[in-house]
Amino acid sequence: MKQERIGVYVCHCGSNIAGTVDVGQLSSWAADALEKRGVVVARDYKFMCSSLGQELIKSDIVELSLTRVVVAACSPHLHEKTFRTACQQAGLNPYLMEMVSLREHVAWVHSDKALATQKAKALISGAVERVALHEPLDPISVPIEATTLVVGAGISGIQAALEIADAGQKVVLVEREPSIGGHMAQLDKTFPTLDCSACILTPKMVTVGSHPNINLLTWSEVEAVDGFVGQFTVTIRKKARYVREDVCTGCGICMEKCPSKLIDQVYEAGLGYRSAIYRPFPQAIPKYPVIDKANCIYFQRGKCKACQLFCPTTPNAIDFEQEDQILQLTVGNIILATGYDLFDARRIPQYGYGRLANVFSSLEFERLCNAAGPTEGKILLRDGVSQPESVGIIHCVGSRDRNYNNYCSAICCMQSLKFAHLVKERTGAKVTNFYIDIRTPYKDYDEFYQHVLQEKVEFVRGRVAEVTDAARRPGEEGKLIIQVEDTFIGKQRRIPVDMVILSAGIEPRHDSKEVSRKFGISCNGSGFFTELHPKLDPVATMSKGIFIAGCAQGPKDIPASVVQGAAAAARVLGTIQQKSLDLEPVLAQVIDQKCSGCRICSNLCPFNAIGFDLERQISTINPALCQGCGTCVSACPSHAISGTQFSTEQILAQLHGLLAESFNGNGARTQSPAFSQAELV
Amino acid sequence: MNQNSKPKLAMYWASSCGGCEISTLNIGENILAVDELFEIAFFPCIADFKVKDVEGYPDGYIDVCLFNGAIRNSDNQEMAELLRRKSKVLVAFGACAHQGSIPALSNLTSRAATLETVYLDNPTLDNPQGILPNTQYEADEGLLELPTFFNTVRSLGQVVPVDYTIPGCPPEPHQIWTVLQAVAAALLQGAELPPAGSIIGAGTVAVCKECTREKEEKQIGRYYRPFEIVPDPERCLLSQGIICMGAATRSGCGALCPQVGIGCRGCYGPPDGVDDQGAAMISALASVMDTTYPTDNGNSLEQQIDTLIDTLADPAGTFYRFSLANAVLGRARQPASPVHK
Ligand SMILES: Cc1cc2nc3c(=O)[nH]c(=O)nc-3n(C[C@H](O)[C@H](O)[C@H](O)COP(=O)(O)OP(=O)(O)OC[C@H]3O[C@@H](n4cnc5c(N)ncnc54)[C@H](O)[C@@H]3O)c2cc1C
Ligand code: SF4
Ligand code: SF4
Ligand code: SF4
Ligand code: SF4
Ligand code: SF4
Repeated sequence: MKQERIGVYVCHCGSNIAGTVDVGQLSSWAADALEKRGVVVARDYKFMCSSLGQELIKSDIVELSLTRVVVAACSPHLHEKTFRTACQQAGLNPYLMEMVSLREHVAWVHSDKALATQKAKALISGAVERVALHEPLDPISVPIEATTLVVGAGISGIQAALEIADAGQKVVLVEREPSIGGHMAQLDKTFPTLDCSACILTPKMVTVGSHPNINLLTWSEVEAVDGFVGQFTVTIRKKARYVREDVCTGCGICMEKCPSKLIDQVYEAGLGYRSAIYRPFPQAIPKYPVIDKANCIYFQRGKCKACQLFCPTTPNAIDFEQEDQILQLTVGNIILATGYDLFDARRIPQYGYGRLANVFSSLEFERLCNAAGPTEGKILLRDGVSQPESVGIIHCVGSRDRNYNNYCSAICCMQSLKFAHLVKERTGAKVTNFYIDIRTPYKDYDEFYQHVLQEKVEFVRGRVAEVTDAARRPGEEGKLIIQVEDTFIGKQRRIPVDMVILSAGIEPRHDSKEVSRKFGISCNGSGFFTELHPKLDPVATMSKGIFIAGCAQGPKDIPASVVQGAAAAARVLGTIQQKSLDLEPVLAQVIDQKCSGCRICSNLCPFNAIGFDLERQISTINPALCQGCGTCVSACPSHAISGTQFSTEQILAQLHGLLAESFNGNGARTQSPAFSQAELV
Repeated sequence: MNQNSKPKLAMYWASSCGGCEISTLNIGENILAVDELFEIAFFPCIADFKVKDVEGYPDGYIDVCLFNGAIRNSDNQEMAELLRRKSKVLVAFGACAHQGSIPALSNLTSRAATLETVYLDNPTLDNPQGILPNTQYEADEGLLELPTFFNTVRSLGQVVPVDYTIPGCPPEPHQIWTVLQAVAAALLQGAELPPAGSIIGAGTVAVCKECTREKEEKQIGRYYRPFEIVPDPERCLLSQGIICMGAATRSGCGALCPQVGIGCRGCYGPPDGVDDQGAAMISALASVMDTTYPTDNGNSLEQQIDTLIDTLADPAGTFYRFSLANAVLGRARQPASPVHK
């Protein structure tokens, strides 16, 4: 085999690395000790990633005809791309470069300089052995289909769809409910400005409904996703509405006449009624109702058809024969904006929700406040007539609580303050907020808090132990008593109120794990979708072409949801603009002749890249889906899956280099005997 | 044909059960053809030969020696070295010579513990004086020497260079016959032999390739031992929770065991390109554990995994039944004193 000509570049990273590793010694050692293994030059430099540092590498590649490069600097997560590009600019295939993470793996985790330098030597020795076996690779180019799929039409999905559509590209917007709008459509006023939620939301909804570039599919769900970035094939089930969209005028007579009335658990949060044929709210987009088959008398018992009878259109808009439609579409990118579920306060029995009539959930209260809600905006007790004279608002229900969710739901402090203000404003009742900490970052939020303080709202700091109707003291009869340890005075208190509002937290959608599996992305432990990088790439995911936005990614308020929707749209528009995309060629491949078809690997791939060829009885890997994670490579008992850039030979070479340097420090390979003499006899 | 111009064949057993010889004789009437084609130079199982006879041969006198059995004691080692010298082609024959096989499972303990079990603890023993084997014995006739019992069992290839390997416990008769014909063709008609170091008389891919059971995606919630379950006759055994080593085992047997509802035991060793059969199987199984969470029974994920692993009897003996000597670990760490009791 021809000897490679390897250059080794050691970065000081200011004092980040140089403070703990003897970088000068390291580069002269590499030039000397590793010479017989092909190292022709070794240098150290203050900032390898700077343009001067990169120049150093580039000119060496050209002048010394380097065939391989090792950069010992920070984690490849940060600068692999930088150094690959530098190699490429100097005419060397970018994949013939290997990085050693001196900063994260050595400098930041050790303090003894001599030992740290020794470890650095071992790592560089391993990298030199490995890089010699690297192969030049070319990126895989895929064309990008311009249409984008947006799943979920809450404010975040709406924003994303509008941005893309306004930029002149086609969007398919899929919403599982009969109308778009999501949670924002349920809210009354929005903090901190207190503008009416519907007033700012409905114009956007109307635009979505009539936008020539948006194909809106409500009452629909994505059933399957195949393919990869640029060319996803999605299968969508458009559930039968039993109402003809081409005829229905949205007059709503059918809903009035429908004799089957039931409690609306979704839009009205259990506070109001709807009929079996319904649209969630008057401003719904689209305006066409749907028949909820499970509660329709005709579908259940074969008689009724009142809606059809009273429907004034010709031909009649009600069509009981409609069937679900299955659509297959090709899209280039996907944005998931599936939002959140409200924490079910019944899970904390001591707070009495569902048992004590005047304990309300936050969403119920939003409906109560809403002029279009069941009480026409009057804040009333469950009896529907009496006004509360005192109200307790409990923060952090199901959030920041080891028994439920450890995380902070981010919106409920502001939402609780908003409620306090609304109660004061509309009823003048005495309001007490029970909180652990008040969290009001962001523009104008703390000012809102200050304002509420001036409204004479009381604040008790402490986690509420119990809400009960068992009166113990005079003045408690007929009231709900909030039992709490007031941590400021260090005393247990019992505070009687007429109404309790539970500021329940934000949870991932109940089916978020299923959805994430369907789309080949991952979730964190709670079930929120995982972003590619929590700070630097918050809307992309590990799966190329799949983006996330809004509360599906984590608890956040409307402004943040809008920002993410727009950000995801910008990312998508960027890829559409490029028309094609280069994919990392570092991925796994099945070696056909070695695969026995055992199917151990069949359902291991987190990106659904592995398929099974029934005819040839072997597994296959879709190169555009594979992200090179290596899961399948280590699982295959036949070693029939090889990871490019992670072949067994490359990994063993790296280990050899590493161990040689850790054991005798002279750069020679050690070969251990199979059994020692002591073990033998 | 002149007796002396025939190629010389030898077959010897070191630490083995004799199954390899039986399988060789099981090639049926072809055994007559073997006699036709070869001159038997050494074959203690079927004819009376003495070691002295072999020692008397010139080096390289034997054309092909089929050597079965592991290297358990100093006698095994001396015979391996002797036959290596006297043979042009030395074949590691069968699982014990190939990878140590069942004898090498004693590498999980030590010599002392093994001897103690065999000579002192066995319930069917009668050894009131507690006599253990010695390497020397002063008899009336003089000093008698017995072979040294090694602490570690090795495969043939770990003791002397080996030209070819025929895997299997035992190798399948039809495979043996094919190999013998190929060898005869090479020696008599100058046909080409496979490259040195090859594994012959077997396939290259894993047993699943030969198994006709229906392969399915795998997600295993618990393992079953053979007596705990009646396997579905059509479906892959492993998918049913029955340990089948087929996925990590070289084909060549025709998937005999899985075809009759018994999980592959792994006797043909790992497929081409895999060094450590047990490790390959362990990482495969670890990958297909059912880790659906939350669990139906409210167990934590850790508990779920523990319960799954609890249903796996004798992991070392299962995954390394035939390959411990050649495994990366090779043997258990030396205990300071005998582990036994
Ligand atoms: C009581 C309360 C009061 C609040 N008040 C305020 C406030 O005053 N100001 C503020 O800034 N924020 C407020 N918030 C937060 C606000 O509700 C969220 O920030 C915002 O609604 C998040 O929007 P989203 O689009 O991410 O999710 P969502 O509004 O949940 O929308 C998600 C949409 O996706 C759909 N969907 C889900 N899964 C699927 C699927 N698999 N396929 C198809 N469609 C699917 C859903 O039906 C829904 O329409 C409040 C929250 C609560 C609970
Ligand atoms: S047929 Fe169904 S939807 Fe129509 S009015 Fe009767 S119950 Fe309502
Ligand atoms: S935002 Fe406030 S109320 Fe909500 S979980 Fe965080 S601290 Fe608790
Ligand atoms: S695990 Fe390996 S041998 Fe088995 S089907 Fe997958 S690629 Fe083929
Ligand atoms: S390496 Fe294997 S498991 Fe990982 S993404 Fe690629 S195909 Fe999937
Ligand atoms: S039964 Fe065994 S040999 Fe057959 S396919 Fe399943 S794992 Fe492979």
